[in-house]
Amino acid sequence: MIQMEDGYLYYPGCTLKTKASDYEESSKKVMEALGKPLVEMDNWYCCGAVQSLATDDIMHQIAAVRTMLCAQEQGERELVTLCDMCYNVLKQANKRMKEKPDELETMNEFLDEDPDYEGQVEVHHIFELFRDMKDEIKKLVKKPLDGLNVVTYYGCMLLRPNHVSIDNTEDPMIMEDILELLGANTIVNPKRTECCGSYHTVNRGDIVENRVEEIVARAAEDGADVIALSCPLCQFNLDYHQRVSDHKIPVLYLTELMALSFGMEAGLKKHKINPRGALKDFLE
Amino acid sequence: MADQEEQNMIDIYVMGRRYRVPEGLTIMTALEYAGYKYVRGCGCRGGFCGACSTVYRKEDDYKLKMDLACQTAVEDGMFLVQLPFVPALREAYEIEDVDPGEKDNVLLDLYPEIARCVSCNTCSKACPQDIEVMDYVQAALRGDVERTAKLSFDCLHCGLCSIRCPADIKHYHLAQLARRLKGRYLDLDSSELEKRIKELEEGIYTEEYEEMLKMTIDELKKCYEERKFEEEG
Repeated sequence: MIQMEDGYLYYPGCTLKTKASDYEESSKKVMEALGKPLVEMDNWYCCGAVQSLATDDIMHQIAAVRTMLCAQEQGERELVTLCDMCYNVLKQANKRMKEKPDELETMNEFLDEDPDYEGQVEVHHIFELFRDMKDEIKKLVKKPLDGLNVVTYYGCMLLRPNHVSIDNTEDPMIMEDILELLGANTIVNPKRTECCGSYHTVNRGDIVENRVEEIVARAAEDGADVIALSCPLCQFNLDYHQRVSDHKIPVLYLTELMALSFGMEAGLKKHKINPRGALKDFLE
Repeated sequence: MADQEEQNMIDIYVMGRRYRVPEGLTIMTALEYAGYKYVRGCGCRGGFCGACSTVYRKEDDYKLKMDLACQTAVEDGMFLVQLPFVPALREAYEIEDVDPGEKDNVLLDLYPEIARCVSCNTCSKACPQDIEVMDYVQAALRGDVERTAKLSFDCLHCGLCSIRCPADIKHYHLAQLARRLKGRYLDLDSSELEKRIKELEEGIYTEEYEEMLKMTIDELKKCYEERKFEEEG
C-alpha cells in the first residue's frame, strides 16, 4: 500500500503510453520533484474512452470497474488520472456504481471470477492534486516563465457533466492559478471551455478543423505564445489540425510548462508544431 | 462385452444424438468410441496443437463451455460439438515494415478492432490454456509488445477466444504478431549462440559423437539417464 505522504497510485490509460508519452513523462517528473511520485497500478484496463450514457448499458462500465477493482486489490482508495478522457469515464462509471447499488450488484455478479468491487475508490485528476500543493509548487519554481503568454484550454472532459467537474464548469480557474505560480502571463480566453471536435477527428476532420480554427484564431488575437491543456485528444486536435490554419501556436501539456519552470526539460518530443521557438528563453 | 458392462457407462449427446460411452474417456476418444472418425479437427492428441476445439454444455447448466477434446474427460449428460477450424481473418504484413520502435502502436494499426475491447473477459474464460487473454489484448492496446508476447506465450491458436468475443477481436492472430515482433525487434541477438556455432564447426563434439555412434541402444539409454546438466548462468 502506498502511503499518501509518499505518492499516489496512478492510472495511465493507453494514450499516455503511446501518442501522449510527453504528458506522462512530464507529469512523472513534476510529481517526483514535488515529493509525491506517481506509482503505476500493477494492472489496469482501457477505460473505453467514451462514457456510455444509456441508462441500461452496464456492459460499457465493466472496464472502468475492473480498474477500480485493481486499485481496491492493491489496497488503495485514491486513484490519480492524467488523461481527461480517462478521468471523465472512470469518474462517471465509479459514481454510477456508488449511487446505484443494484447496478453494482449486477456488475459484481458478472465479474464472478473476481472479488466484489466495494465502491470505495475515489478518482482524481492530477490538476486536483496541484490545487492542493500550491505552496510546494511555488517553492520549486527556479525559472519563472516571465513574459510567456499562455492561453489555457479546458475542453469538455474536465468540466462536463457538472457532477464530475474538477472546477467551476463555466468559469474554471484551476489551470490559471497554477500558471500564475509559474510566473507565466495567463490569458483567460472565452473559447477555453468549448469543444475541440473530439472524435470527429477520425472521420470528419473538417468539423475539427473548423473548431480548431476558432479556438486558435482567438488565442492568436489574445497574443498567445502557447496553449496549455491536459487532454491528449484536445492536444492532438489543436496541434495536428493547425496544419490547415495560418496560425501555428504550440499546444503544450501544462506539466511540460511546470517542468520547464522547475528547471527540468520533460516531454516536448511528439509535438507537430515545434514548441522550442516559443520556449527558447526557458530552455537550456 | 462383459468387460464393458462392468465399466460405468454414461450418456453423451453428439450433435443432438445420444450415445452411451464408458466413463473416463476424453471427449475425443468418446467420439471415436461412438463411431465417429476424425478427418479434421484432430492433431497431436496431446494438448499442444490446438486443432480439436470443442464446445459443450452440461445437462444442468445454462453456460456453454469450451475446451480441447483431447484434454477433457466426458461427463454424463454432455452436449457436444467439434469445431474443425476457426476462419478468423489474419492481417498480412511484412515483418521488416512493422518496427514497433518506429510507430506509436503497430499492433493497433494492424488490428484496430482491439480498441473495441470492453474488458468483459469472455476470451479468458473460453481459453483452454488458461491464458489471461483479456490482459494481453489490453497490453496490445497500449502498445506493450513485450507483455502481449509474454502473456500469450502458451497460445495454441485454437481460436475459441475469437469465437466468443463480442468485439470481433482476432486475439490469437494479434498475439502471434506480438511474438513475432518480439523475436524480430525486441529480443537481443545471442552472442553465446554465435560462439557455440563456431565451436561446433571447429569440431568440439566430433569425438564424443563418434563414440556415441558405436554404442548399443542400452548403452545409449544409460548414457541418457545419467546425463548431467550444465549449470545455468
